[in-house]
Amino acid sequence: MSQPNKDNAPLLDITNLFVKLPRGAERTHAVEGISYTLNKNEILCVVGESGSGKSITARAIMGLLPAPHVLIDKGTINFNGEELTTIKESRMREIRGGEISMIFQEPMTALNPVMTIGKQIDEVIRFHTKTKRKHRHQQALDLISSVHLPDPEHIIKAYPHELSGGQRQRAMIAMALAMEPQILIADEPTTALDVTTQAQILKLIKDLQKDHDTGVLFITHDFGVVADIADRVAVMQHGKIVEIGLTNDVLNNPQHPYTQALMRAVPSLIPPAIRDISDQQELSVNKLTKTYTSGGGWFGLGAKERVVHAADQVSIELHKGETLGVVGESGSGKSTLARCIVRLINAEEGEILYQGVDLRALDRKQMRPYRSKIQMIFQDPFASLNPRSKVGRIIADGPRVLGVKSSEADRRAKAMLELVGLDERAFDRFPHEFSGGQRQRIGIARALALEPEILVADEPVSALDVSIQAQILELLADIRERLQLSMIFITHDLRVAAQVCDRIAVMRLGKIVEVGPTSTLFANAEHPYTRELLDAVPGRDWHPDGVK
Amino acid sequence: MTFWKLYRRNRSAVFGLFILVTILTMAACASLLFPEDPFRLAGKPMSPPGDNGFFLGSDTLGRDVASGIAHGARTSLFIGGLATVVAVFIGAVLGGLAGYYGGWTDDILMRVTEMFQTIPSFVFAILIVAIMKPSIQSIVIAIAVVSWPAVARLVRGEFISLRNREFIQACHTVGMSDIRIMMAEILPNCLSPIIVAGSLMVATAILIESGLAFLGLGDPNIISWGFQIGAGRTVLRSAWWVCTFPGVAILLTVLAINLVGEGLNDALNPRLRERT
Repeated sequence: MSQPNKDNAPLLDITNLFVKLPRGAERTHAVEGISYTLNKNEILCVVGESGSGKSITARAIMGLLPAPHVLIDKGTINFNGEELTTIKESRMREIRGGEISMIFQEPMTALNPVMTIGKQIDEVIRFHTKTKRKHRHQQALDLISSVHLPDPEHIIKAYPHELSGGQRQRAMIAMALAMEPQILIADEPTTALDVTTQAQILKLIKDLQKDHDTGVLFITHDFGVVADIADRVAVMQHGKIVEIGLTNDVLNNPQHPYTQALMRAVPSLIPPAIRDISDQQELSVNKLTKTYTSGGGWFGLGAKERVVHAADQVSIELHKGETLGVVGESGSGKSTLARCIVRLINAEEGEILYQGVDLRALDRKQMRPYRSKIQMIFQDPFASLNPRSKVGRIIADGPRVLGVKSSEADRRAKAMLELVGLDERAFDRFPHEFSGGQRQRIGIARALALEPEILVADEPVSALDVSIQAQILELLADIRERLQLSMIFITHDLRVAAQVCDRIAVMRLGKIVEVGPTSTLFANAEHPYTRELLDAVPGRDWHPDGVK
Repeated sequence: MTFWKLYRRNRSAVFGLFILVTILTMAACASLLFPEDPFRLAGKPMSPPGDNGFFLGSDTLGRDVASGIAHGARTSLFIGGLATVVAVFIGAVLGGLAGYYGGWTDDILMRVTEMFQTIPSFVFAILIVAIMKPSIQSIVIAIAVVSWPAVARLVRGEFISLRNREFIQACHTVGMSDIRIMMAEILPNCLSPIIVAGSLMVATAILIESGLAFLGLGDPNIISWGFQIGAGRTVLRSAWWVCTFPGVAILLTVLAINLVGEGLNDALNPRLRERT
């Protein structure tokens, strides 16, 4: 299928591309005057924060812009001598999946849930070639084994939900590579995956790209990933490319101030100097156990129950003024642990000792006086604020529930807004008027309004762009110092953990496998799983500190 | 007036609102337009429209059809509105409790709801009115009883999707009571689907009321559109106007309410806004 290509001519040549947004959008163009080229056998990373227009460009290449609202205004996209902006739809269909193919961020939604993996791979081959059924079957099996999926005969008959996230992404890659495309566009393909899986997928993409001389356009927001995989990098901001160049040059000697600022915002993997922490114990969790059972249904008469140990005999200690990190991959039970501690979930066994009282045993009424002492910061700044309540009410409701007078609660809410760096005018506005980072500040203000002693932060920065993330982390560190707070910091991002936490507990499958001071843990981890996690951090050999 | 701006984008909804306002005005002015009792024998029976001073003709006993329609509008709208309010209230309470607490509460409440849903609603309404003897109260009760399960289902679904949101969890962490979480935090977030469902339910209620009255199960002392159609059905071929005009009135009202409901849905439901 692939045509011979002149060696020095680029595979893909985008010149002065403008993509128009519908009227009333934040800006007139999603993409403004972008030009770049993609060569054969090269990985070009397009990196930028959310809304920078990096995905829109990819969609424009594939002819998949959400028409009629978003259209190419002007500019050219030249693919092997063919002009993709004016090409016939029938030819575009041949190109899509045949010569240019794409993999997406969330493999669960990109795969059809009611078709087997084999059938979905088969479709690609069937639409693009006239191969016989038997050959196609063999071809699908070969593809599945080429992406290192175990037991191809079994996988070919499996439905997407039967595979893990990483396996699904491998299946997507197998589909994308079915026709040996000349260009593979990968739109944040590892963002939804765990760090160890991410490392494997990145290696797979890189290996396959080398074997097939494919040109890969890799879209990401993570500079660590860029450091690991890219040959060249293009940095995007507000629909424009601010800097483009060889990976080594851009990462270690960025020219544009925006690139420099982005690099500075990436947390370093080298932990800062150890802080002095008192030995006084603030909170101690002993042998906490929480199991989930699913199934049952219809008065318990339905399907067989399935039991998951979300927290299995977990014991941790939190000292006064300390930040304890809890790290682990998805499903390790770290969020369950956080929710058990703030008593959103009732654990079955164990104890949560706070000032000599076992919080786990308290019922709702007894718990009420302790509620304010332990407060939580949530992950998703868009889901954690009631869209129908004004910001002032959201913050002041907490103290009001505790019996603080209404006027005093309002006064306190305004003070908290100031503390988290927001204008007092925010008091009378609705959450949707704020950006993600500002909303997260409101969430923090809400937690602080109750004057807690302990903050439980559940992935507080993972939904935020890297520059906003840096600001929020700075705010948390500042508040922690000023108010002498102890903090339990849940995260999957070891870079963040390295910067924020004094001690780190590593969780896996509901168990704590290792606890230790951050620097010790990073220098010589004892448990093999901790080492595996550390090795998988993208761009671990690249240190953004080197950037001035 | 951002709401009006959003609503206005759906042209047919504006048209529906216009018809509805006209009908409401007619119902409000019924006593001014036709000061006499609509049951009064006003003149020669079976007069065609325009004859003998009857704008829309008279029926077999000489009652004024136009007057019946104007006064009947009151009955239909009153019963439709009240029955809907009762149904939405019952449905919201039961659905809210089931959705919020889940588990056994949900199992029991939903099985009860399903029991109501398995009986064909119109037959069920006839049964209730027949048992309780026809009157305004019994009709309202009957319509409410057959309408609430749909609301309960809807509210339950909304509560389930909202109860695990982080902002509700944040309310739990400050120790807010269940009642307050349900009323002040969750309910305002599911008001728009309830309003939309309620507006469409008014139309269904009017249809059920007309159906009951047509079968002779309406309140015998109060004129209604269904009663008029029922009274005129024997002379459908010789005096078409007796059935036709009340029928057109029902058609227009139900159509108008459906259009308004659709318009509310488009305006209140942000996810569907892009559709038009």
